[in-house]
Amino acid sequence: MLRRLRDIDYIGLVLWILRAIILVLVAWGTIAAVLDNPYTTRQWTDFLIFGIAQGSMYALIAIGYTLVYGVLLMINFAHGEFFMSGITAATMLVAIPMGASGFLDRQPVIGLLAVMVLAVAVSVAVALLTERVAYRPLRKAPRLIPLITAIGASFFWQYFFRGLFGSKVIAFPDIQVLKGSVPFLGTELLKTHLVVIVATIVMLIGLNFFIMRTKTGKAIRAVSEDKDVAALMGIDIDRAVSITFATGAAMAGVAGVLFAIVFRQVHFFMGFVPGIKAFTAAVLGGIGSVPGAAIGGLFLGIFESVGPSLFLEGLGIPAPHQLKDVIAFTMLVFVLIFRPQGILGERLSEKKA
Amino acid sequence: MTDSSRTGLRLSLRLSLRRAIQSGLLAGVVALSVSMIGMVELFGKRSLIVNVLTLGQVLLFAAPAAMGYLAAQGAPEERRGVSILYGLVCGLLAAIPLIVLVALANAFNLRQFFFNVSPALIETLTFGQGAVVGSLLLLGAMVGISVAAAGFYLLPSHIRRPLLIGLTGTLGIGLFSEILSGRLRDFFGAGILKFIFKSKALLPVTALVLFILIAGVSALWSKRGDRVGKRIAALPPKQQRTMRGISIGLGIILLLILPHLLGTYLSEVANNVGLYVLMGLGLNIVVGFAGLLDLGYVAFFAIGAYTTGVLTSAGELGMGMSFWAAVPFAVLAAVSAGIILGIPVLRMRGDYLAIVTMGFGEIIRILALSDLLKPVIGGAQGVLQIPKPQIGSLALIKPEQLFYVVLAGCFLAVFVSWRLREARLGRQWMAVREDEDVAEAVGINLVKTKLLAFAIGAAFSGLSGAIFASKLTSIFPHSFNLLVSINVLCLIIVGGMGSLPGVIVGAMILVGLPELLREFAEYRMLMYGALLIVMMLARPEGFWPSEIRKRELRTDQEPLLTGGGGSLAEPIG
Repeated sequence: MLRRLRDIDYIGLVLWILRAIILVLVAWGTIAAVLDNPYTTRQWTDFLIFGIAQGSMYALIAIGYTLVYGVLLMINFAHGEFFMSGITAATMLVAIPMGASGFLDRQPVIGLLAVMVLAVAVSVAVALLTERVAYRPLRKAPRLIPLITAIGASFFWQYFFRGLFGSKVIAFPDIQVLKGSVPFLGTELLKTHLVVIVATIVMLIGLNFFIMRTKTGKAIRAVSEDKDVAALMGIDIDRAVSITFATGAAMAGVAGVLFAIVFRQVHFFMGFVPGIKAFTAAVLGGIGSVPGAAIGGLFLGIFESVGPSLFLEGLGIPAPHQLKDVIAFTMLVFVLIFRPQGILGERLSEKKA
Repeated sequence: MTDSSRTGLRLSLRLSLRRAIQSGLLAGVVALSVSMIGMVELFGKRSLIVNVLTLGQVLLFAAPAAMGYLAAQGAPEERRGVSILYGLVCGLLAAIPLIVLVALANAFNLRQFFFNVSPALIETLTFGQGAVVGSLLLLGAMVGISVAAAGFYLLPSHIRRPLLIGLTGTLGIGLFSEILSGRLRDFFGAGILKFIFKSKALLPVTALVLFILIAGVSALWSKRGDRVGKRIAALPPKQQRTMRGISIGLGIILLLILPHLLGTYLSEVANNVGLYVLMGLGLNIVVGFAGLLDLGYVAFFAIGAYTTGVLTSAGELGMGMSFWAAVPFAVLAAVSAGIILGIPVLRMRGDYLAIVTMGFGEIIRILALSDLLKPVIGGAQGVLQIPKPQIGSLALIKPEQLFYVVLAGCFLAVFVSWRLREARLGRQWMAVREDEDVAEAVGINLVKTKLLAFAIGAAFSGLSGAIFASKLTSIFPHSFNLLVSINVLCLIIVGGMGSLPGVIVGAMILVGLPELLREFAEYRMLMYGALLIVMMLARPEGFWPSEIRKRELRTDQEPLLTGGGGSLAEPIG
């Protein structure tokens, strides 16, 4: 009897109980919310569309995490700062002057393209610099060390940009063309959300082409498969890693512009929370997998936007939207604990995970 | 000279020139950056030597000085004189970006783009002499400093060291002259001080005297120091033991009278350092001993603080217990939280563990802020009216009195950590840190070992939180953000992971220094970030490393330093 007791995997048991509790809570909340139904169908659709738009941005940022993890097996904690740096610089240096002179309203396409080009350029520059200074010399070091430099780089860039552009929240100029909404399947779709969704789709297709069809993309894939063999095949590892960082940062730079269009404000600290959430998205989809990052981002965005009203309100929790971030973090924690390989990811060996 | 050696020399000259150019460009970028983010201007408000030198100038010229020195190091042995030339190149390149900045600021209003490029900054950069003359002065100063640094490299090392120590010592005294003069006045009266300090900075003459004094003493010490050490080592062991006992005793007496030497303000700073030492010792067990990277450590601090707050507060949320009665509950709550949060993450490693624990920390903070727990812990309004600790009828209100509570906590934590490290459990932790699979294979119970690490680490943090709550008398959720966790992690990394004196050194550097330099708080995190990166690149074992860790990191670093064939070595992990 005693021996049998000892053979039980207590930790496994605790984890199972935890899993069951979460499922019961979510199910209970959902059922209660559905029965009670405090919202109209129209509101639910709005939640959903907002979730998709938000999720698209997460997806774009998440790709950076996933690409870098795929190549270096390292969590680039500073990735949220790549997202922040581009759009902050572009807002201050291009968007605000253009908004003030009215150019942004007269030529919105050219104006936004200029903002996007500068944002991407700054994000990529910051990423390349970080990689060169903080990560490359430590590629052979024990794993904790690059993580610590990544944390350092993250704070460094936050406060560097705070020093450059001030600590206040900076308003991104309004663009007349993007105001209002268009009818869409019986509901109204905000134009900004439409831009976000379309831009994300374009970027994802472009990325897919780059990774799958070009020679450089092939090199990146080879390096993420096996660095040593790739080096033997004549691939310049340092260059491939730099390009990986640059690609991820470019995606983050575009995500930054989309973020500014939707929320119309930028701030030196704006990279932190989206960064963590995009990381959640990357883990959710299976870190190391590019389609996984896209799906994970979308899933997280929807979950976060619908979740509070769906199952937290059903549980009778006051002001559930305050707990939006808790949902994301809880999801992160539970995905990492219960399914670290994510939705699409391959099973990472213990040494990798 | 043979032909081949001449080609070799030419090659090494070309390489070192390239290095000098790179250093110069880097120095220029650094000097431009510190100017544009506003550090030079703000630091310029702190004068080190009256009318001669401000902290802003030190910051501005630190980059060309350091880079000039580095550029000089590259000069080939046969032609050391060429290093002066390298210093010149380096200084020129360092000055160019700043001069461009001055010219641009003169032509356009850069301030609408860059918040900190203010007229005051340009005035600092040009020494208040207008754009043209000022730029030339700036160029001259940059080149001069860089060449001086290069020339400094040519000095023999037994002269270089005392000079450097004298310089840092004098600048340090200048930096803290306000605090120093305040304290010294209380002991010696204002009379003598007039000759040393004036309006919060050193007088030029005194600075020179101090410099000579410090440099002289350090030169003497470097000559005679090892002889003293040898003489002590030659003593019989019994006498050595008595000497060690005496010095420890003196140290304890010093600590006991410390608050009276420090005064109210510095005691407050010491208390903050002490609270972080306490947390650092706890995290040191989790990260340094057991190798479990925990980024959500602030959660236990928060739990300790809130438990104490709710139990002792005289407000409507509180139960009115005394501080001493509440402390065990606070520690207990933190320990249970440590175990509860520890169980689900038992099977995780490395960076995944870091992210999950960070998630936990954030969840706790958002929950504390939300309306959900408002009836219990007050939401954003926090818990107010927490009483200070009391001994009998004496309430420990002043920082000088609270110091002893913090000190007692630290003593306890140091003792426990030290004994545990030497014990079986400590060795088990280190085995787990080195290799979990091997540790398990030799019969270490991973579950027990890891949970004990989480629990004991959480206990120290909870104790720290309890003292924190009663020290501040009110607590709010925003005191418990991720930055606290990062701070604690940084201090044990800077001090040296797994090393007990390292935690104390780290806390003094990362908590004490910023407290003394409060007016620069804006740039605190920037410097933390830079420090973390530089530390990991240059000295990953920390300032005061533990023996084991030092050995480990140095051997790991070997392929990194030697370079060649690196890509065939084991990838990260």
